[in-house]
Amino acid sequence: MANVTLRNVHKTYTGGFEAIKGVNVDVGDGQFCVLVGPSGCGKSTLLRMVAGLETVTGGEIDIGGKVVNQVEPADRDIAMVFQNYALYPHMSVYNNMAYGLRNRGMKEAEIKTRVEEAARVLELSAMLERKPRQLSGGQRQRVAMGRAIVRQPKVFLFDEPLSNLDAKLRISMRVEIRKLQRRLNVTSIYVTHDQLEAMTLADILVVMNGGQVEQIGNPLAIYQKPATTFVASFIGAPPMNLMSTRADEIKSQLGGRAGEAGILGIRPEDLVITNETPSGGVALSLTVDAIERVGAETFVYGSRAPDAQRVAATPGELPPGEVIVRIPGTEAPAIGAKIRVAAISNKLHLFSGDGRTRIEA
Amino acid sequence: MVEQEGFRRYVAHIILWIGIAIVAFPVYVAFIASTQDNALIANGQMSLLPGGHFFEVYYQTIFVGTSGSTREPVGNMMLNSLIMAIMVAVGKIAISIISAYAIVYFRFPFRMPIFWIIFITLMLPVEVRIYPTYKIVADLHMLDSYAGLALPLIASATATLLFRQFFMTVPDELLEASRIDGAGPLRFFWDTLLPLSRTNMAALFVILFILGWNQYLWPLLITTRDDMQTIQIGIRKMMTTNDALTEWPIVMATAVLAMLPPVFVVVAMQKLFVRGLVETEK
Repeated sequence: MANVTLRNVHKTYTGGFEAIKGVNVDVGDGQFCVLVGPSGCGKSTLLRMVAGLETVTGGEIDIGGKVVNQVEPADRDIAMVFQNYALYPHMSVYNNMAYGLRNRGMKEAEIKTRVEEAARVLELSAMLERKPRQLSGGQRQRVAMGRAIVRQPKVFLFDEPLSNLDAKLRISMRVEIRKLQRRLNVTSIYVTHDQLEAMTLADILVVMNGGQVEQIGNPLAIYQKPATTFVASFIGAPPMNLMSTRADEIKSQLGGRAGEAGILGIRPEDLVITNETPSGGVALSLTVDAIERVGAETFVYGSRAPDAQRVAATPGELPPGEVIVRIPGTEAPAIGAKIRVAAISNKLHLFSGDGRTRIEA
Repeated sequence: MVEQEGFRRYVAHIILWIGIAIVAFPVYVAFIASTQDNALIANGQMSLLPGGHFFEVYYQTIFVGTSGSTREPVGNMMLNSLIMAIMVAVGKIAISIISAYAIVYFRFPFRMPIFWIIFITLMLPVEVRIYPTYKIVADLHMLDSYAGLALPLIASATATLLFRQFFMTVPDELLEASRIDGAGPLRFFWDTLLPLSRTNMAALFVILFILGWNQYLWPLLITTRDDMQTIQIGIRKMMTTNDALTEWPIVMATAVLAMLPPVFVVVAMQKLFVRGLVETEK
């Protein structure tokens, strides 16, 4: 039972590369915190610093009210689940789970109770004598979880634990992890690059980019009010449509609001195919380039006319004129058709020209 | 096509049989000669069928030795060779696995220079540094002792490199998981790395045992007493007789006996390391 607090944490490697540029996060007791971001954003490094596998070059890491910067990983009272599970290949499932307890000098009878309890919870009871190589990927993953559970630590750390599993198993394990964490009520920090995993698991979502925190908060709040264009395009699939407010088509509709904002964002599901223009909203003319029918919904990939688009923002900053629209699966416009889509005013997201600041309408 | 395949198969088999005959015939002759009467061999009338002296020749070889050139029982020579070969093989594995562990898993000053120094010793086998090595062993009063036979041969750059390469393929996460599980450096080495290296050690043991068993130059230099000589030296000494007849049956019996331990080690260990190769444990 512990809070985990990161205060202005920095990590600079000996080569001078700054992987973490001052991160402040506060994870409350029993909360599930997810670190999400593209590869190379420093999320794994940050987790490994909490685990004690990487040194901290600046700031403080506090677990349960105690600064642990100089504490060995074994003495931090944490347990970690690795991406490749890191099971001891030569030990049976039982010994894999018991190893950490034995090293702490726990009595064999107590170890047995704990391992059998964890095995029961994870449905591994029949496999305790097997070696890891005789298990499937999902079972290995559960053994890795079991090794963390038997320790009864203050904090669970997960380093992309599901990325080696196939899609179906990933979804069921995701639910399992969440249920388990709720029941054990242990503070958890979870690293992933999968925004769907992040959204579904997190109590607190930390979106990272380039060694910095872009936004921290409740996942739904982040989804509804992304603080930067990075968060807007990273959270949500398909990503939010971003476009320059300087294009004539948009400028005229936004009126006075366009002056202070440089970028307009609209989520694909907030666009509706209609010929009307809602008051205060934005309507766009699109040519349908492609459609994707996934059953429950249809994704329409349209492009805006180049003259209406006239992107003046930094090249590469915004996707070139493409707009994704999400409509019910029963509809599908023809490819090449000209359509008009619109979003109402409170579904518009406005950002400053550099995308670093959200502007509230 | 079918005929040609059959024909090709016959040719392949004939070539293989010729190869086997070339390798096996001398061994066969050695065994036959070890069961014959010495006078018969000396007269050049040795038959290619086993003679009737198997038990007496082998009894004399193992427990008594030749009546002329060396009077040392071959049983004792085999024991000396065995002790030396095992000391060399076990010692080499122990030293190289420990030094490889230090080089791969610890950051200490001059780590890379030390690694390169070990690497460079590949170019300095015993034959090259024989005089200084002899001097050191003599100064330490280790002539005519098992320590003197084995210790100078124990340092092994090859085995160190092999273990280093193996350790570098062990995933880092295993070390990290061990650290979180509260295992210190010694425990990680003992509980995780050693069991994982088992198959490598078995393979190395086979090679190094035979290397130790076949040593000739070094034992020749540092053993003077008959009861310390190894079987390789013994065979050579048995053949050198001044006037008397070489006791060929005993020489051949010794040669056959000298073959047995390496064959045994290969057969026994092969099972272990082939099984290890099939069940990859990483």
